[in-house]
Amino acid sequence: MNILVFVESAEGKIKKNSLEAVAFAQAMGGSVTALALGNVEISELEGLGKYGAKKVLHAADEKLNQGVIQAYAAVIAKAFQDENSDVLVLSDSSLGTPVGARVAAKLGASLASNVVELPNTSAGFNVKRSIYTGKAFAHVELTKPKKVIGIKKNAAEVKEVGGNVSVTPYQASLSDADFSTKITSAEKATGDVLLPEANIVVSGGRGMKGPEHWSGIEELAKTLGAATGCSKPVSDMGWRPHHEHVGQTGVKVAPQLYIAIGISGAIQHLAGVNSSKCIVVINKDADAPFFKAADYGIVGDAFDILPKLNEAIKAAK
Amino acid sequence: MKILVCISHVPDTTSKINFIDNNTKFDTNGVQFIIGPYDDYALARAVELKESSGATITVINVGLVDTEPTIRKALAIGADDAIRVNAEPTDSFFVASQIAEQAKAGGYDLILMGRESIDYNSGAVHGIVGELLGVPSISPVMKLDIEGNTAKLAREIEGGKEYMEVSLPFVAGCQEPIAEWKIPNMRGIMSARTKPLKVVEPSTVDSGVKLQKFELPPAKGSVKMIPADNVQELVNLLKNEAKVL
Repeated sequence: MNILVFVESAEGKIKKNSLEAVAFAQAMGGSVTALALGNVEISELEGLGKYGAKKVLHAADEKLNQGVIQAYAAVIAKAFQDENSDVLVLSDSSLGTPVGARVAAKLGASLASNVVELPNTSAGFNVKRSIYTGKAFAHVELTKPKKVIGIKKNAAEVKEVGGNVSVTPYQASLSDADFSTKITSAEKATGDVLLPEANIVVSGGRGMKGPEHWSGIEELAKTLGAATGCSKPVSDMGWRPHHEHVGQTGVKVAPQLYIAIGISGAIQHLAGVNSSKCIVVINKDADAPFFKAADYGIVGDAFDILPKLNEAIKAAK
Repeated sequence: MKILVCISHVPDTTSKINFIDNNTKFDTNGVQFIIGPYDDYALARAVELKESSGATITVINVGLVDTEPTIRKALAIGADDAIRVNAEPTDSFFVASQIAEQAKAGGYDLILMGRESIDYNSGAVHGIVGELLGVPSISPVMKLDIEGNTAKLAREIEGGKEYMEVSLPFVAGCQEPIAEWKIPNMRGIMSARTKPLKVVEPSTVDSGVKLQKFELPPAKGSVKMIPADNVQELVNLLKNEAKVL
């Protein structure tokens, strides 16, 4: 089985979720080729060998420095054919998911996104995917010879299995028609840790009483190396930026640890956090529905608990 | 300008998810169905564009006859006419193929839908429709303005936003805050009853995706409560029991 992995990068570095995609492909067995597009540091590309890539292709054309969905799909589909690939693996993201859809349509491949574990190939090619926003799973068989699978965060454990590999330049034949979308500028969100990729998330809800009280959450997040999130009412009221909204129609997170402070736990919020490994809920209302979905809970005043928790974690580090 | 808005008919976000027939079928018992929340944003933006610069809006849904109340709601919100492709929406490629076929016949300037449906969450239909029509597809779009033949958009990416320009026609998968959800008024509801709703039969498509069964996640264990005056205990548990610190 030949597996092509599309690896995403940001500012020259390979994204963490793409390392998971390489590790996932490696664990599937078969021969793994990684494909990176645009500006990526050479050491980063060579390092993909450590996670299981046997070959690394790099299409370095500067037109590919920006993630134009149509153009990326064209390059990836062409490489898939050039490499005689059977399966394309990519990580589900704001770029990976829409690109994967177009590649599958181009190739006439079976498509599954939000895949949560390795395919079962004992009879056919079966994948388990998350549906109903994390509230259920579907087992589906992919019946076409070519397959495209998007993996959900935490579908594979990233571990080193080998050493560096050399990088092969990939000459992409680019067509102007694929660049009709012109990316004019980009805006970076504030904060050091990106919410969708964070291992720890500290979120606040209406119980925080106002944007001026967020310093406690930010300090705790800083201590933990965590991203900050919030509930929908909080972003709707403009207390926090929209990209921090965790929930059904916001960001779905899958961290190791999710700490919810002053969030009651409406079912729409839970839909965004139900893939978290461990959930801590701090709320002054003992009847808050979030406690039913939590691993650990504290009933109490957030303004009293936050600084104490921050100190205790600092001391434990 | 002709706008096509694709809507999904999905369980309300508060629904309990259950399966029947040996875990092969979704249990609709007691479930209320709604326009997909992301599709609702797409529809709301289409109605705003119609109000500001004039447009006609066609909504399309791939679904069986039970989706018609959901389609009528979209008509009540402000769409002018509707197409229902009479088939179970089994997977992204199947749905996208039906939409692409109708879109080709209708010659739309703009095709809007949600970034994903909230039942299967694939987030693939916009990309496949774009590919089948040979036009750009952009998702997730959080801002969309049209000036003449050009659109200016903002796309949400991990850790920020990207701003872009693209010529019509194209496909966009939408999300908040592209527009505010619209609630139909009485006049809209009345007029929706008589707006044209065309039912067409699906074309045959092999998407290469076959459902085997559904599964519910294991029930969550009970929560461990910690006294508010003992945060040290929480830190110990996170470190030694949950092993997440």
